[in-house]
Amino acid sequence: MTVEITEEPKGVHGMGHKIRRKEDIRFLLGKGNYVDDIKLPGMVYLAFVRSPYAHAKIKSINVEKAKTLPGVIDIITGKELEKVGLAWIPTLMGDKMMVLPTDKVVYQGQEVVAVIAEDRYKAYDAASLIEVEYEPLEPVTDPKKALEQSSPIVRPDKNTNLVFKWEAGNKEETDKLFKEADVVVSQGFYYQRLHVAYMEPVGSIAHYDPVSGKLTIWMTSQAPHVVRTVFSLVTKIPENKIRIISPDIGGGFGGKVYVYPGYVVSAHASIKLGRPVKWIATRSEDMRSTAFARDYHIHGEIAAKKDGTILALRIKVISDHGAFFGDANPSKFSAGLFSICTGSYDIKAAHVEVVGAHTNKPPGGIAYRCSFRVTEAAYAIERLVDILAHELGMDPAELRLKNFIPPEKFPYKSALGWTYDSGNYAAALKKAMDKIGYWELRKEQEEKRKRGELMGIGISSFTEIVGAGPADLFDIVGIKMFESAEIRIHPTGKVIARFGTRAQGQGHETTYAQIISEILGIPVEDIIIEEGDTDTCPYGLGTYASRSTPTAGAAAAVSAKKILDKAKKIAAHLLEAREEDIVYEKGRFYVKGSPDKFKTIQDVALAAYTNPPPGIEAGLEAITYYNPPNMTFPFGSYICVVDIDKGTGQIKVRKFVAVDDCGNIINPVIVDGQIMGALTMSFGTAFLEEIRYDENGNIYGGSFAEYMIPTAIETPKWELDKTITPSPHHPLGAKGVDESATVGSPAAFVNAVVDALWHLGVRHIDMPLWPWKIWQILKEKGAVSDE
Amino acid sequence: MSQQLVHVKIIINEKAYEADIEPRLLLVHFIREIAGLTGTHVGCDTTNCGACTVILDGRAVKSCTLFAVQADGKKVLTIEGLAKDSKLHPIQEGFWVKHGLQCGYCTLGMIMAAYQLLMRNPNPTEEEIREGISGNLCRCTGYQNIIEAIKYAAEKMRGGVS
Repeated sequence: MTVEITEEPKGVHGMGHKIRRKEDIRFLLGKGNYVDDIKLPGMVYLAFVRSPYAHAKIKSINVEKAKTLPGVIDIITGKELEKVGLAWIPTLMGDKMMVLPTDKVVYQGQEVVAVIAEDRYKAYDAASLIEVEYEPLEPVTDPKKALEQSSPIVRPDKNTNLVFKWEAGNKEETDKLFKEADVVVSQGFYYQRLHVAYMEPVGSIAHYDPVSGKLTIWMTSQAPHVVRTVFSLVTKIPENKIRIISPDIGGGFGGKVYVYPGYVVSAHASIKLGRPVKWIATRSEDMRSTAFARDYHIHGEIAAKKDGTILALRIKVISDHGAFFGDANPSKFSAGLFSICTGSYDIKAAHVEVVGAHTNKPPGGIAYRCSFRVTEAAYAIERLVDILAHELGMDPAELRLKNFIPPEKFPYKSALGWTYDSGNYAAALKKAMDKIGYWELRKEQEEKRKRGELMGIGISSFTEIVGAGPADLFDIVGIKMFESAEIRIHPTGKVIARFGTRAQGQGHETTYAQIISEILGIPVEDIIIEEGDTDTCPYGLGTYASRSTPTAGAAAAVSAKKILDKAKKIAAHLLEAREEDIVYEKGRFYVKGSPDKFKTIQDVALAAYTNPPPGIEAGLEAITYYNPPNMTFPFGSYICVVDIDKGTGQIKVRKFVAVDDCGNIINPVIVDGQIMGALTMSFGTAFLEEIRYDENGNIYGGSFAEYMIPTAIETPKWELDKTITPSPHHPLGAKGVDESATVGSPAAFVNAVVDALWHLGVRHIDMPLWPWKIWQILKEKGAVSDE
Repeated sequence: MSQQLVHVKIIINEKAYEADIEPRLLLVHFIREIAGLTGTHVGCDTTNCGACTVILDGRAVKSCTLFAVQADGKKVLTIEGLAKDSKLHPIQEGFWVKHGLQCGYCTLGMIMAAYQLLMRNPNPTEEEIREGISGNLCRCTGYQNIIEAIKYAAEKMRGGVS
């Protein structure tokens, strides 16, 4: 079967259509426009000297040799930035971070000195000639030890390593239920430090025009508008003289929400030199200094009755934030949305407490499709529920079905205060069980166990919380987390629509066009979507935490409806009828009762410019800043089957079924692509990926030689399915989905592996589940096979 | 540290690019910065990711791990040379039809690796495809649609359509 496809299918393709992506053609031809592809006249290159120490005083910096190297233009230190007030800048969480250090370094790989040279080779040559004399200080790498009185202090400007203490829930009620419970399960989990490892490292090109006083920065940013505001506040350059452009971005996954020293130094250097300055991190530099993810030391407890009814949940976390509290969180949420940790279950009371610590590591924490710590929350509850089932001798699926929030209880107010919009959890789990043949697998497992073979089945039934968010709760540096969409119809019926979000591969150029096409009946190929240029796009908070569909998707729908309202008035004028008598259907307007005599949306668009009705403004366009009334709560059930080799500890994921529910779907192909990508990332999380530091603060996992992300060989085949439970408050009934699988699937993998080993007395194993780790456990339990 | 310049002539996509370069200049930087063909990407610094994969005299190579001088007098095919007469190559078409790309950053390397694979093995099994692109990392797709894309291309290419 061959399908001759030479061009994009034409026509009106609204919600639910599996159309091919509009953005693909340029990528397929090598004509994408990523930051490092951009070349400007007179452009120079920036490279950093980075710290070999995790914690050390800077005694001296000698730049003499580097300065005389041909091609070197400038060398910038922290002392120079201090003079212009840029040695430190504010973080998204109200802390501050070093751009370049003046007195001491606080993590290995930290930027210490910047070199500007004619090309990138010369910049690195010069960097290698700069001599920095350090006096090593005792590093702090364990967040628990960091919080002890005797610990060395990471920050020169603070006298404590305590970042924050945050709690939620009713402690008294929770403690009471724990006392009354028949069963209490308690378990420690370490959710290891990860890096998103987008394929394109971070970078920027700053270009200051001394004549106009305008600073333009091309930047790998998921949130260009917020960056513009922050840059303006920090540099005092008026906001209308700063233009941030996020061109095509080679993956973000949360790691490109942050402001990095390279962006700031390239801007400073361009202002100083009057030339464009390009900074592109190498992979190893990126892994060592940009935002990490996770690093949560969780202690969880769950209380239940003998029959498996869950009563209460109690969780304590020590979180490692590195040297600066820079988590890309909404400002009121130090621990993100970790309080979604009661999950999919009807739990009477809960209490959570998170204590943050500074260590000699780079900052970050919120990244890697985490939806603001929902990954950690879902992992904790889904592991605890699984352990509870095993402790009670109940089937993990049955325990979940018994405790799910039932469909009729939505909107459901959780014990920790979130109002879940909609859900049918049992339907998703049952669908996954049917698809994978759950009960047959349990039978097979029983038989295999008799033969001494190790097979495990892991379930995770998660609830996400995405679409930040309602203005009363959510802001980034004070800016409410609304989202925007501006749609302009041209006289000939073509459309340009601009958004405040910024895709990094999620397909907005296609899916936003589908939303507009759905409502206005204009063909997708007639709609151009633009994002990422702060001079032209309406202000928005950017793309992360699966917020684009819930917020910008809604804004697009509202803007399109505003246009439709005006279009109806114009159509009435053209058809010489009353507005109330106009019927609208898929791009056509007609007078009630005579559908043959119609005006198309294109006719109306032309009339809006050539023949506007009296009293109505010419043109046909609308803009919306959408303040979501609530978050959206997509959910799903994942089931994983693993076989474990008793000789090597090697785990094979034999089968993985993912049933997701993100409400109404804009483009099923794109949704599936996101789920498969996120499942693969979580497969990496569960089995391969970790960034670790030794006691001297040396990084392990700081390059692709050590930080293993899955290749096509390791990656299992994913089997996907859906249920559809629309969000009642969203104009399209759509929920976010991009991060559901990273939130939901790690627990499924670990649950499967522990399920395979439970009968040997294994309750928990921390990720990543490397074969040697499993082999050691098997050896300890006397279960290693010599065959 | 600057080294003596060497004159090289590299044929990229049937067009000759001549320049005086330092011997240490990596092929990927020659392609991107001297030839101006920015479809070839840099994703790592340890030869793991394959985002810089090009075809050098018929072999898929990671152009970050060759010096440009090593390609002197040789022929290079990059992503920009694949589409002919403004028609997508079947592999490119396969990636589009099967949604084998998202951010697009690994795409060119994947396509060049697939190109070599299908030249050597016009009818690969799924396992052979996974093996054939295992030098190429993708962080967006989870590979499944890439495999579908390559299967699609293989079928189309076997059918003699180009």
